[in-house]
Amino acid sequence: MESYTVHDYDVLVIGAGGAGLRAAIAAIEKGARVGVVTKSLLGKAHTVMAEGGMAAALGNVRPEDNWKVHFRDTLKGGGMLNNWKMVLNYTKEAPERVRELERWGAVFDRTPDGRINQRNFGGHSYPRLAHVGDRTGLELIRTLQDHAVKLGIHAHMETTIYRLLTDAGRVVGALGFSRQTGEFLVFRARAVVLATGGLGRIYQITSNSWECTGDGFSLASMVGADLIDMEFIQFHPTGMVWPPSVMGILVTEGVRGEGGVLKNSLGRRFMFDNIPERYKGEFAETEEEAERWLQGDRSARRPPELLTRDVVARAIRKEVNEGRGSPHGGVYLDIASRRPADYIKKKLPSMYHQFMKLGNLDITKEPMEVGPTCHYVMGGVRVDPDTQATNVPGLYAAGEVAGGLHGANRLGGNSLSDLVVFGRRAGMAAAEYAAQQTGPFQVDEAQIRAYIAEALQPFNNPQGENPFALMKELRASMQKNAGIMREESELKAQLDILADLKRRAWNTSVSGSRAYNPGWHTALDIRLMVEVSEAVVLAALARKESRGGHARLDYPDPDPNFARINHVIRRNPDGSLSVVAEPLPEMPEDLRRIAEAKDLSELSEKVGA
Amino acid sequence: MPNVTFRVFRGDRQGGELKDYSVEVQEGMVVLDVIHKIQAEQAPDLACRWNCKAGKCGSCGAEVNGKPTLMCMTRLDTLDTSKPVTVRPLKTFPVIRDLVTDVKWNYEVNKKIKPFTPAPNTDWIMYQEDVDRVQEFRKCIECFLCQNVCHVLREHNEKTGFIGPRFLVRTASLEMHPLDVENRLDMLKNEGGIGYCNITKCCTEVCPEHIRITDNAIIPLKERVVDEYYDPVLSFFRRLFSSKKRPEAAQSAADD
Ligand SMILES: Cc1cc2nc3c(=O)[nH]c(=O)nc-3n(C[C@H](O)[C@H](O)[C@H](O)COP(=O)(O)OP(=O)(O)OC[C@H]3O[C@@H](n4cnc5c(N)ncnc54)[C@H](O)[C@@H]3O)c2cc1C
Ligand code: SF4
Ligand code: SF4
Ligand code: FES
Repeated sequence: MESYTVHDYDVLVIGAGGAGLRAAIAAIEKGARVGVVTKSLLGKAHTVMAEGGMAAALGNVRPEDNWKVHFRDTLKGGGMLNNWKMVLNYTKEAPERVRELERWGAVFDRTPDGRINQRNFGGHSYPRLAHVGDRTGLELIRTLQDHAVKLGIHAHMETTIYRLLTDAGRVVGALGFSRQTGEFLVFRARAVVLATGGLGRIYQITSNSWECTGDGFSLASMVGADLIDMEFIQFHPTGMVWPPSVMGILVTEGVRGEGGVLKNSLGRRFMFDNIPERYKGEFAETEEEAERWLQGDRSARRPPELLTRDVVARAIRKEVNEGRGSPHGGVYLDIASRRPADYIKKKLPSMYHQFMKLGNLDITKEPMEVGPTCHYVMGGVRVDPDTQATNVPGLYAAGEVAGGLHGANRLGGNSLSDLVVFGRRAGMAAAEYAAQQTGPFQVDEAQIRAYIAEALQPFNNPQGENPFALMKELRASMQKNAGIMREESELKAQLDILADLKRRAWNTSVSGSRAYNPGWHTALDIRLMVEVSEAVVLAALARKESRGGHARLDYPDPDPNFARINHVIRRNPDGSLSVVAEPLPEMPEDLRRIAEAKDLSELSEKVGA
Repeated sequence: MPNVTFRVFRGDRQGGELKDYSVEVQEGMVVLDVIHKIQAEQAPDLACRWNCKAGKCGSCGAEVNGKPTLMCMTRLDTLDTSKPVTVRPLKTFPVIRDLVTDVKWNYEVNKKIKPFTPAPNTDWIMYQEDVDRVQEFRKCIECFLCQNVCHVLREHNEKTGFIGPRFLVRTASLEMHPLDVENRLDMLKNEGGIGYCNITKCCTEVCPEHIRITDNAIIPLKERVVDEYYDPVLSFFRRLFSSKKRPEAAQSAADD
């Protein structure tokens, strides 16, 4: 019989991106014995790729900025579908979490008076993103990694969790395997924090790292946790479109934040034609005004390139669809004619580098060709806004895998600070819960045996399919049928395709040894990917309107009937999924006034108030 | 587009050999794309590491035609594809499988470096010109290419007495942090083995982040070590006037 090694922890954290590391630190500080599992080496998680910055109303560049403005901007960007309590916790706490990183050794870019500098980003009313050139994610993850190492973190690198283990409806651990050796590991834990990141790799064109196969959503849902808002997927407006092998790699929004402009093949700055009703009056209406804003004139309004991502992505799609795109199916993003070469190299060094190396193009001289790429999922595991507890006892979720904070659309920069605010809350709450569980560790041997047999099945199935081919089919079909523009017939067709892929995911074949075998890893990833894809498609079918990251060709406008509704994806006793529409929690009157403020001066913080 | 022969190392801790794969390539491909294509179509168990495919995570280091590089940042049109292209794992670390090596040693070394220790009661005011220097070092993506080429590690396998360029860079990022008050010079001289480095600059040449490892990190650290240990007078004055070791630091190192 297959053997396995057992590890016991008070708190098991699955994922070592920003959310996982921050959760681990918080749990260790509470005195818990903590284990961290990651599919990659430490410090390589997807968070490392984040570029533009982390949003927090520090008020260092514009003293008028404060949590209320951040609160309003976040809800407005999210189409008011956000969980207001999470937004409140988040916007109030983010500045402290950023300063904490500095105390742990992060070195942010500075203002002239020596404080943390902040840059402009889409949807933020003021320059709000603490940043380090365009490698903010690296700074974040390295700082948390160093701090966690200092506290004696116990990391299981290159280890994949395949299933969560349950006992009487509680989560009590997880089963995984070492990628390096193929050996199975059983983690017995009193509480588990999911921090597994996003799902971008269910799409063909994505900015996401290979790990973002949506494992956490499926793992949680399989043990009965609710998922919410899964239809809201963010397509970042600017991914690379050329050469083909780099398609989807991100071009940071920092380019637009630093003054970059979008043009179509006719040379027209088309974003002026695409300002939606709800943002009317807040953005520059002429190139001349946008230019003054860039020069620092505070009476000028911001350029429309800094509208929210959903708006910009759809505007780009429209230009391309109507025949005004660039030769490789994108549009032009131009910073070269806007800023001196030295400035660009200093503020956007890795973009300069990336285009030079991969596209053979000098962005200080020429415009970039860009187009939408799957980037982020707003939806996720439903959590309590204070503790990040799911509806399954013992299970917590934080970071991109958790839903609720961003509503229908996330503002750029609102993820990195989400990770540290809610990673910390999840770690603290999980440690507190774990401390209350005093009995012996309980895991069910039969459950473990069954999962191990499942995981090894592709080795004993010589007639099965090639997992890489199956992966390609899944990603291409999701791209086509559940991508940036959706309609009922395609979504329904995709459900059938997924039913078929789901069956075939259990009939793959792999060969070779179990040590570092990518074929095997892919075979197991697909099983979780088809599950989360189904949740996305079901939610997208149910939302018969367009809002935020969800655009329906057959229902192109927002519909008031859906304005206050979350879609909850719930697992039925027979294992199938269903969608339930639930009204959002009511926002208290004083917060509603903040959220709906028309004039930012209403939100100025009164001294002593 | 033409077919190109890729000669890829296949094997494990016990040993292995180069195997030829003929791959149809397309415009704009990088070496990592080719490895993925081989995986998907010819050898599903071919092991390699990668995360970002954009030069940001440092996972995909390998030796392409003998040159240590990030596979995701190496375009085929920069290579002579009329001849077979060889792809081998980093030589300095033990092979796990195929292109994946065991880099655990680096994580162990890292733990020996005393963590960031800020001056107590600091106001956290730092000017851009004060942090430019450490920001350069903090660009490191831990690809370990510098560790791989440094002859102290590569030829002499000096993994007990030398921490290697990556961790000299990390130490420099802490030592030159304007608000750090810890002293790591003793570590550098002893376990760190900074004396082993004879400034050949091979590390600087391979660094994909263009960190001037030798000039900006190692040489200044060497000078500090020399001052500290071999020139007590100079060392005394440096300490007296250095902005880094602020006087209040000595008073209360514990309260923060
Ligand atoms: C190119 C790019 C740029 C971005 N720029 C910004 C930005 O400027 N500002 C901003 O706010 N946001 C940005 N984002 C978004 C942000 O980076 C992510 O949302 C965030 O990093 C997610 O962090 P996380 O901790 O939730 O998960 P991740 O960093 O994705 O980490 C997930 C972890 O879980 C592990 N894991 C997953 N599944 C399993 C499993 N089955 N078993 C074991 N371990 C598992 C992974 O190995 C990994 O360690 C950017 C995203 C991209 C792609
Ligand atoms: S300069 Fe020093 S650290 Fe760098 S490769 Fe040469 S000997 Fe090694
Ligand atoms: S210093 Fe440069 S070469 Fe060395 S690990 Fe860091 S990024 Fe890689
Ligand atoms: S895959 Fe990240 S550096 Fe190459």
